[in-house]
Amino acid sequence: MSKERIKISEALYDIMPSDYQDLVKSATYGKEDRGWKDIGTAKELIEQHSLCAGCPESMAFRYIIASLPNPEDTVMVGSTGCTSLVFPMVAVHNIHSLFGNQNAIASGLKRALSLRFPGRIKDVVVLAGDGATVDIGLDMTLQSWFRQEKFTTICFDNELYANTGGQESGLMRKGFVAKMAPVGKQFEKVRLPEIARESGCHYVVQCTVSKPSLIEKVVKNAVYVAREIGPTYLQLYTPCILEIGKNSMEGLQEMRDSEKPNERFAYKEFVSEPAKQLLAELAAKEKERKAAAKQLAGQAQA
Amino acid sequence: MAETQSLIGTQNKKGQTYTDPWYMLNEALRTPSFFTGSEVIKEAIRRASCDIMIAYPITPQSEAAALIGELFAEGYVGDYFRGESEFAVMSQCAGASFGGARVFTTTAGPGTMRAMENFPMWAGARLPIQMIVTCRGINSPLSIQPDTLEISYLLNTGMMVWHAETAQDFFDWILKGFIVAEEPDVHLPLALCCDGFFVTHTKDVVQLTPADMCLPPYDPYRSPVPCMDMECPPVRMMRDPFVMKSNYISYATHASWQQEVWAAVERSRKHAIRWLDGLIDAENTDAEIMIVASGTAVSQGREAIRMLEDEGVRCGLVKIKTLRPWPADEIREATKHAKHIFVPEFNVTGWLAKEIRATIPDHHRVYAGPHVCGGMTMPPEIIVSEIKTALGMKTFSLAGRGS
Repeated sequence: MSKERIKISEALYDIMPSDYQDLVKSATYGKEDRGWKDIGTAKELIEQHSLCAGCPESMAFRYIIASLPNPEDTVMVGSTGCTSLVFPMVAVHNIHSLFGNQNAIASGLKRALSLRFPGRIKDVVVLAGDGATVDIGLDMTLQSWFRQEKFTTICFDNELYANTGGQESGLMRKGFVAKMAPVGKQFEKVRLPEIARESGCHYVVQCTVSKPSLIEKVVKNAVYVAREIGPTYLQLYTPCILEIGKNSMEGLQEMRDSEKPNERFAYKEFVSEPAKQLLAELAAKEKERKAAAKQLAGQAQA
Repeated sequence: MAETQSLIGTQNKKGQTYTDPWYMLNEALRTPSFFTGSEVIKEAIRRASCDIMIAYPITPQSEAAALIGELFAEGYVGDYFRGESEFAVMSQCAGASFGGARVFTTTAGPGTMRAMENFPMWAGARLPIQMIVTCRGINSPLSIQPDTLEISYLLNTGMMVWHAETAQDFFDWILKGFIVAEEPDVHLPLALCCDGFFVTHTKDVVQLTPADMCLPPYDPYRSPVPCMDMECPPVRMMRDPFVMKSNYISYATHASWQQEVWAAVERSRKHAIRWLDGLIDAENTDAEIMIVASGTAVSQGREAIRMLEDEGVRCGLVKIKTLRPWPADEIREATKHAKHIFVPEFNVTGWLAKEIRATIPDHHRVYAGPHVCGGMTMPPEIIVSEIKTALGMKTFSLAGRGS
């Protein structure tokens, strides 16, 4: 799909919601080098959301949706939780079905799309919270990786069950006192990035969403590798400021503090050999494209 | 529809001709074959233009699920894999159906129960997945034997639920099931149930449609809800998701959606009547005694009626084919002359008798029995005995204590 498919019949143009008109006029479907810098200048594929003021998850959502390499042919799969409050406002087809089954849904979906659109790119991206990914859905998360299903799994790690009010989760730090962990969590934060690597993911990154340019890079890499090679996994720290006792303005600082060397969200990356090769090829092509564009611009000036 | 219809007469990659379903199922020459129920499932799917089948082993459906794997290896099914549990399999089926594929799966007993959360989701998302349920016990201690209790759990999911009596029903209804489920005014999942082992593991003569004819492929753009493939504009659904709102608009939205799912079940009625030749079969409805049953209990009832006839007792029969939609009017009409209505069942709770009692006037006429469960067979003699005992007739004891 490109903007062609969302075009409005002239006769009906004036009765369409302005939100839709804006999508046709200035959204970034089909834009080759779309990225986080489009935020603020182009129509975003996500707008209003009903998350808490200052929620880092809302930033993460914006960066990710802005960075999808081809949203016009991407289907997203969510799960129950705070993300399911945002997905209804995302202008990319997205599925919510149950809590924790997102990687099973994505497995069936990706296979159906591959079967129905041979030779065409149809990306599938899962985006779910840590309860959905690591606790209730861990079986289906891992099994999709074992089977080498070709889609990207993104986990918004806020280290607790935010939507139900801050209960203990598997990705919570040991010792943290929360609902359902009244004397502090008794076991270590689950090491899912390492488990992802061992389970066959070809591209794994753990980081915070403090830097939009980094999110753009890792999202694009994860989608490209999933498209060509096999499963990829991103674990992004999106602290629930409400449940860890911070104010609306403190989300960014919380992420910056947590990504320092030796902190639990210090940047971590695993890339398989085939994925390294693919990313190197893509980087070379991108360099070529930029050089050609520069040359073209130079010629135009001359 | 136009896209799918225009393929009729053309061939798929296996050389099968996409055929008008009515012609294929009602007019094309059939060949008798001697098959197990599991093999019959395979033969139906061979002709079903099925895109994706997702399998998981559980007795007694494992053989059928594995046989469809062979069909995949032969190229008759687009994709096939073993999921990790029934819960996951039913979600994988949902994903494939959201993506516009014709999806088929099989399950049984505890697997059906494990997957249960998916079924109202399938119905709510209007996914026309077909699931074969080869019923077996769900009780503890562990049992793998025939028992139809699991069907009762499916009745309020919003799925269509059909209950096949024979392997022939099974063959025809799998193919017809896709047609009814995919109608735009229905577009709902179908649980096609049979009694495990009795149907799956016994051989029977089944009249097969020609192997070189198959159903036209599924057209996901006939769906009443958008197919999740980014081939149509992705609308923003709402500004405030109803999930978190405690207000009247939110309740009304959910209520109307539930009502619409059940209205779709009702709208499937006319299609099922056409394709299954009525939601029930009824014989001798002028008799004072009627047996009303579904599944293999119908076969046993038929045999009991023959035995009663030998003794001069006249008894009619109602075979219920669809449990959802529920043939309330048909059952009321067929039982209006009956003074005594017997409902033989392969389960401990007698759920079918309860449904019938809730449907007909003067429900004291309904005798909930005989019941067998836990894998017990139902010899026609116990139906005869139940009827004669209830009517105050003399019966012989069926089994002695030994001497």
